[in-house]
Amino acid sequence: MTDLQARGVVKAYGPTPALRGVTLDVAEGEIVAVTGPSGCGKSTLLHCLAGILRPDAGQVTWRGQRIDTWSEATRSKLRRTEFGVLFQFGQLVTELTAAENVALPLLLAGTGRREARTAALGWLERLDVADIVDVRPGEMSGGQQQRCALARALVTEPRVLFADEPTGALDTLAGEQVLTHLVRLARQQRTSVVLVTHEPRIAGYADREVTIRDGVVDATGLGLDLPLAGGGR
Amino acid sequence: MSTPYVLLGLLAAGNRHGYELKRAHDNRLPRARPLAFGQVYATLGRLARDGLVAVTGQEREAGPDRTAYALTARGRQELDQWLVTVEPPAPYVASALFAKVVVALLAADVDTARSYLVAQVRAHTDRLRELTAVKTAPSATFDDVVAADYAIAHLDADLRWLRTTLERVADWHREVRS
Ligand SMILES: Nc1ncnc2c1ncn2[C@@H]1O[C@H](COP(=O)(O)OP(=O)(O)OP(=O)(O)O)[C@@H](O)[C@H]1O
Ligand SMILES: [Mg+2]
Repeated sequence: MTDLQARGVVKAYGPTPALRGVTLDVAEGEIVAVTGPSGCGKSTLLHCLAGILRPDAGQVTWRGQRIDTWSEATRSKLRRTEFGVLFQFGQLVTELTAAENVALPLLLAGTGRREARTAALGWLERLDVADIVDVRPGEMSGGQQQRCALARALVTEPRVLFADEPTGALDTLAGEQVLTHLVRLARQQRTSVVLVTHEPRIAGYADREVTIRDGVVDATGLGLDLPLAGGGR
Repeated sequence: MSTPYVLLGLLAAGNRHGYELKRAHDNRLPRARPLAFGQVYATLGRLARDGLVAVTGQEREAGPDRTAYALTARGRQELDQWLVTVEPPAPYVASALFAKVVVALLAADVDTARSYLVAQVRAHTDRLRELTAVKTAPSATFDDVVAADYAIAHLDADLRWLRTTLERVADWHREVRS
């Protein structure tokens, strides 16, 4: 079943067109990689799908409802409940410990302190970083920060996780560990994932790959500037 | 070929029959081509001839699959030597991928080379996804993960080459034909 859908999504920043009509379906529990060269519009697409940006034209639909027409407040609520986001730099709150960072989305949603902390500890444990519970981001390694950010993104048990180059700042091993956790937990909970990356190796973690080129889906799936077959250039 | 040394290494853990060696080989090297029984016995025969392993146990006359082998002191020495010897870092390019593109440019045309490269990118991408699924499966052991990683890293390297070559193939063809 299709959960999340983009139909002809267009977005420009002033005179710069970033998306020129992107159509994309994400099924429940599906992990979709969005790939393509730098500047092709991957992050813009992710922001539109996640309700962070409003498209200039086209539609974004979540479980049958158009969310692109919703108010910022309503979209923001959706992002706190059914959607989770993870960016290249975890964007943790520097004054808070790992457990406090992970508990934050639950506290904002009205969960009691004790319950939120218990849930946070559970997630940090599942991500093999139980040892950093009381550590602040400044004293964590990059890999620990991203695992903490992943725990924070998953603590509300979202239905879709949006991840934009989530391992872009990590070395190979730390990156692989974060992605392995991400994929296992997503599969366990049937959480859909939109995974933005420019690396084929990372796209390999997804069930399917959608390539963007110059603001549209590239049907060849290669994202390269190639002449059409038979063009013989 | 590393198979003789893998067998020596497996025997370092204790005496084993040929069929046990085959099973242990296939388990420890899950992404390697599985050993054929014939290859195991032929290799053991050569190792025995060179004094690196010795037939052991009572069942000397009972046929190859009833024969157990032991690592000899010389075998151990040979194994230790191999373990510390650095392999020559890729002295030759032995890739059908590379050869095929070269020949396509010589014997056919750019479109042939390009179509092949595109199809190969797709096949490599599918295989990379399959292996990544193997390694992220909750049941994956370190054996599975490390073996899959090796294959994934090589597919990834090929993919980088395939993609850059796709972008260069027209210029390359002009050079080949000039
Ligand atoms: N806030 C912004 N203001 C103006 N232009 C922007 C802004 N964000 C993105 N762009 C432009 O929109 C286009 C698409 O950008 P986007 O960030 O979506 O690409 P991307 O595929 O995520 O690239 P990268 O792989 O480098 O992260 C680019 O031309 C970019 O310069
Ligand atoms: Mg981006």
